[in-house]
Amino acid sequence: MRLWMLVAATIVLSFISLFIGAIDIKPSDLLDWDSDKTQIFLMSRVPRLMAIILAGAGMGISGLIMQSLSRNKFVSPTTSGTLDAAKLGIVVSMVFFTSVGYMEKILFSFTFALIGMMIFMRLLESIKFKDVIFVPLIGIMYGNIIGAISTFIAYEADVLQSVDTFFLGSFTLVVSGRYELLYVAVPAIILAYLYANKFTVAGMGEDFAKNLGLSYRTVLNLGLVLVAIISTTVVLTVGIIPFLGLIVPNIVSLYMGDNLRKTIPHTIFLGAAFLLMCDILSRLIVYPFEIPVNTTVAVIGSAIFLVMLFRGKAYAKK
Amino acid sequence: MIEIKGLSKSFGKKPVVENVSLTIQPKAITSFIGPNGAGKSTLLSMVSRLLDSDTGEVFLDQSDVKKMKSNEFAKRVAILRQSNHLNVRLTVRELVAFGRYPYSKGRLTPEDEEHIDRAIEYMTLGDMEQKFLDELSGGQKQRAFISMVIAQDTEYILLDEPLNNLDMKHSVQIMKILRKLVDELGKTVVIVLHDINFASVYSDRIVALKDGRLVKDGPTNDIINSEALREVYDMHIPVQEQDGCRICVYFNSHS
Repeated sequence: MRLWMLVAATIVLSFISLFIGAIDIKPSDLLDWDSDKTQIFLMSRVPRLMAIILAGAGMGISGLIMQSLSRNKFVSPTTSGTLDAAKLGIVVSMVFFTSVGYMEKILFSFTFALIGMMIFMRLLESIKFKDVIFVPLIGIMYGNIIGAISTFIAYEADVLQSVDTFFLGSFTLVVSGRYELLYVAVPAIILAYLYANKFTVAGMGEDFAKNLGLSYRTVLNLGLVLVAIISTTVVLTVGIIPFLGLIVPNIVSLYMGDNLRKTIPHTIFLGAAFLLMCDILSRLIVYPFEIPVNTTVAVIGSAIFLVMLFRGKAYAKK
Repeated sequence: MIEIKGLSKSFGKKPVVENVSLTIQPKAITSFIGPNGAGKSTLLSMVSRLLDSDTGEVFLDQSDVKKMKSNEFAKRVAILRQSNHLNVRLTVRELVAFGRYPYSKGRLTPEDEEHIDRAIEYMTLGDMEQKFLDELSGGQKQRAFISMVIAQDTEYILLDEPLNNLDMKHSVQIMKILRKLVDELGKTVVIVLHDINFASVYSDRIVALKDGRLVKDGPTNDIINSEALREVYDMHIPVQEQDGCRICVYFNSHS
């Protein structure tokens, strides 16, 4: 696949995304700057589009970095407890530090995500049996333990429902003024690209990295910080989007390999295009209502993931 | 010249390498041999800084390797460990290009490209340079890694069991290449070997370890004889001469 194809797909899907919805807006309506339709377009449709693109690209990149650093094709923010840790951070700040503002909540969530990931990487280092399937299974169990703690705290404090709604991956609540945090992911993605070569080298293992004079620990930590930033911003603005960080980098790896300098641009656009497609489906299936995008992503994503598991086990192992 | 002075390493309470001192001669192949658990790989890892020693020092042309900057060290010493199960999908050329990382940090200059071309040509990988590593056979993969080390352009090349999982033909091919690296390019090669006959036929010097201690260190012919080998392996190893090479025929020997 060529990069321009993915870019073209993203542009076409973006255009479709901008012009579907409960209120019928045509491109010609935008000529009247002061009309309600233009207002809706600018307040809701454009932010939604931006949020989808940033979340799709961001989750793709997070998964890519995690897979490279953990040297396992099936590790991603959803299969390593990262998102569960970010969620725990929010729950803790909601319950125990009720007075803190939005900024502090974000910092809480980021810190928890980062610590959660570091513990996971430590776990990985200490297990000898590094089977491709075994590692993400541990990650999922680990995530569920963290999730259980969150649920317990939320249940005890009677905020279970608001926590659940908070994390239901959906773009329905994205309007201007409520999604701008996602732009924080932009510099993180740019940094990921600038450090692409270092991540590739680190992905070949500590010995290999040291042989080439790379300070492995620094790169590892930088990668974890970037993933924590990106996942936290996505979780806080649109909720948990499963599978994307898993399947998008794997599809790119299948046809492009693992040289991050080359695969990052593809991952960005494939992630954006995939999420755009899922979101458009979510909005059309029960039109004029919509289903949460994480449901669509989970259905399509798990199907792709199963195909990858059965067909691609050999590929992931090599 | 690499000088190893009193290196020791324990894992937990178990000493793996104990007070080993030796000098590695430049422009020669030195093989580390010894029974399982002798500490060969651990010693190699300490020399290449992959592992910190508990006590002792390693000097590279009189300077302490621990005090060298990692980037400078990477331009002078390359280490390749058993990398056959590396699961990264890179093309041969991309892998070889990473050998230039200590010089260019991934932004390849025309000079880097030249090094890469030469390294690929040297290992006759030209017709498969765009193939992914996972599409190659074990021998081809090993050649690709050695090609990367050649692109890294270091005086010292350290290899930990490079013949692991290779068949006879590819093992011979790899050893011939290492010989060429020393004879033609003036490299210094240090290699951990399991097969004593490959060590005998291809190396200039042999270092024999046993239970973490240095037992023998000298020119190949001083080590490849029944008395010296008994000390290392605790078994009788008859040695025969064949076309000027000493071959150990130990397959049905009685200890």
